[in-house]
Amino acid sequence: MAQPSHKPRVALFVTCLVDIYRPSVGFSAIELLERAGCTVEVPRAQTCCGQPAYNSGDRADAKALARQVIEAFEGFDYVVAPSGSCAGMIKEHYVELFADDPAWFQRAQHLRHRTYELLSFLVDVRGLERVEARFEGTVTYHDSCSGLRELGVKQQPRRLLASVGGLELRELPGAEVCCGFGGTFCIKYPDISNKMVEDKAVEIEATGAGTVLAGDMGCLLNIAGKLKRRGSAVQVRHVAEVLAGQAASVPPIGEA
Amino acid sequence: MQSTSHAFKDNARQAVGDPRIRKAMGLMKPGFQDRRARALSRLPEFERLREEGKAIKDHVLANLDVYLERFESKVVEAGGQVHWCRNAAEAREAILGICRSIGARTVTKGKSMVAEEIAINDYLEEQGLTPIETDLGEYIIQLRNEPPSHIIAPAVHLSKEDVEQSFREIHTWMDPARVLAEPRALVNEAREVLRRKFQEADVGITGANFLIAETGSTVIVTNEGNGDLTQTLPKVHIVLASLEKVVPTLEDASTILRLLARSATGQEFSAYTTFSTGPRRPGDLDGPEQFHVVLVDNGRTAMLGTEFQEMLRCIRCGACMNHCPVYAAVGGHAYGWVYPGPMGSVLTPSLIGVQEAGHLPNASTFCGRCESVCPMKIPLPKMMRHWREREYESKLQPAAYRYGLGIWAWFARRPALYHLGTRLAAGLLGRLGRGRGRIASLPLAGGWTGGRDMPAPQGKTFQQLWAERARGREAA
Repeated sequence: MAQPSHKPRVALFVTCLVDIYRPSVGFSAIELLERAGCTVEVPRAQTCCGQPAYNSGDRADAKALARQVIEAFEGFDYVVAPSGSCAGMIKEHYVELFADDPAWFQRAQHLRHRTYELLSFLVDVRGLERVEARFEGTVTYHDSCSGLRELGVKQQPRRLLASVGGLELRELPGAEVCCGFGGTFCIKYPDISNKMVEDKAVEIEATGAGTVLAGDMGCLLNIAGKLKRRGSAVQVRHVAEVLAGQAASVPPIGEA
Repeated sequence: MQSTSHAFKDNARQAVGDPRIRKAMGLMKPGFQDRRARALSRLPEFERLREEGKAIKDHVLANLDVYLERFESKVVEAGGQVHWCRNAAEAREAILGICRSIGARTVTKGKSMVAEEIAINDYLEEQGLTPIETDLGEYIIQLRNEPPSHIIAPAVHLSKEDVEQSFREIHTWMDPARVLAEPRALVNEAREVLRRKFQEADVGITGANFLIAETGSTVIVTNEGNGDLTQTLPKVHIVLASLEKVVPTLEDASTILRLLARSATGQEFSAYTTFSTGPRRPGDLDGPEQFHVVLVDNGRTAMLGTEFQEMLRCIRCGACMNHCPVYAAVGGHAYGWVYPGPMGSVLTPSLIGVQEAGHLPNASTFCGRCESVCPMKIPLPKMMRHWREREYESKLQPAAYRYGLGIWAWFARRPALYHLGTRLAAGLLGRLGRGRGRIASLPLAGGWTGGRDMPAPQGKTFQQLWAERARGREAA
């Protein structure tokens, strides 16, 4: 692992879904970041990255929220989110929002270069090669779309999962196919969304894995909601919980 | 073609429950995705070709007038004629005028999406002519009076049993006891029927994959050879093409051809790539006596200089729909007009209006797979978002959705209030889901809970727990 001379100050972008639904993912992320030699802070003035507004065509609100994030996260060495979707929004789309506003464009650029999705940060920036964790069982992995296609998150989670004692990874056919969450898509077009996540659930069950992991709460809520409705025994977790060795202390998503 | 794009939601609801669509869409992965992947694995320079193809098209779009005029002058030099048509009506008139000028009765047709766009078959029939589709898939759906469900595989939604049934219904002069169980038998029967039509036709209409400015040539790619018979046997050949199909040189067409078939069907090249330049010359053994190019705008030039200009790079390979999980869930007909899938979700609102086709750019999860496979690197999700921006600005989205979004954004811009709200929501939902860890039914969230459970929050928000932890540290 790379050993920089100082402990980088990392701001955690919690994401609204982790904040509301699953704080344990945020704490697992902090655990992993601290183990990777970082000091972690959580700016209080954060809410949402603005994606629901941006993807609904509401540029004014998207810009207002982007400015809020840019201001709240200035002054840190890095900004890390346990989500490829929110990290992708900050990294790839804020600059588009401010394309005709040079001052904010520059600040968005500055934030962009310091912002990372959690797994990509741990492996690509901190050079993490293994984690100290155990998880008994077979898992399969769903690649969340934004992380995969906007940020190139593919091998990083797999590399770290390979170091988890007791864990066997069984690849999911169609791991790169969208689960049908899509933010507001899942409520605007429930029939299509439901069909997509049903196909995903069937493929997950067919792997025979006991647990499915992913790096984005949106996909995980959708997949867990479908698997549980189907009465499936497959458990659903954010990959950070397993890598931080905290899976045993919280029930899987959608279970008590 | 009459659009039902406004009814996309209802179309989609019916489609997701249709076992025939499920069966057909199951073939997308082995039939298209896997073949494309294999073809690309044998072409290491594919990424570089994408860049070259994109650069060619961008250059053309920036100089469209120059290349179109050069193309026209070369067509005329070769003895042909170009008909400039602003819209569908003018294109229909131009085609009818050519047909009437030679007293045509039968018109054979190669595959053309622009022909669907201007609904030429219906029009020619109304005018007493008989148009006959000669591409096998198009022939089948013409018999069934259905629109295409895919831009390169128009009958992809049908099974061979469906085709057999249609052939038996329409080809009544043939032996009812004949065996049509195998695809080969169906192809042979279509070939026998179409062979006669080719010989009877007075006019042949084809589309064009490219118009080549330096030579005035038009290019079609096919796998059945029907296009060649359509354009060489009749007295008159009409090429029906939209104006963004023009490329400067033969070399440019070659570059893009290397991308096209691989992206479309996973073939290195289509079985037939046919170049046509002008009518039959003295001494030529075959070819038409007249060569016409009906050049259609129909909304394209209005896209130039807008955020949708890049859509005009599209070469109609179908890779975006072949890899789209929404297309795979609903099939092509749900989109309600000529162009389905991601490219249609961008193009259709441009051509028939966002009021009519507003659902299409919304019905995407922005998974980004379409853009990642597009040989012309068209940023499809980005342009769908631009449509959503236009809809938002024109207040075209449902009022409840707009208000909901507005309320959420108001809170999200006020972190202290927002955190209070999320604490209440997480606590309430957490209590609702206590015991099972999930909620089976939620008011106002029927779209979600209709088909899946809502996982319950853990109870306290992260911000709440983080603040508690900080207080604990201070107290210690």
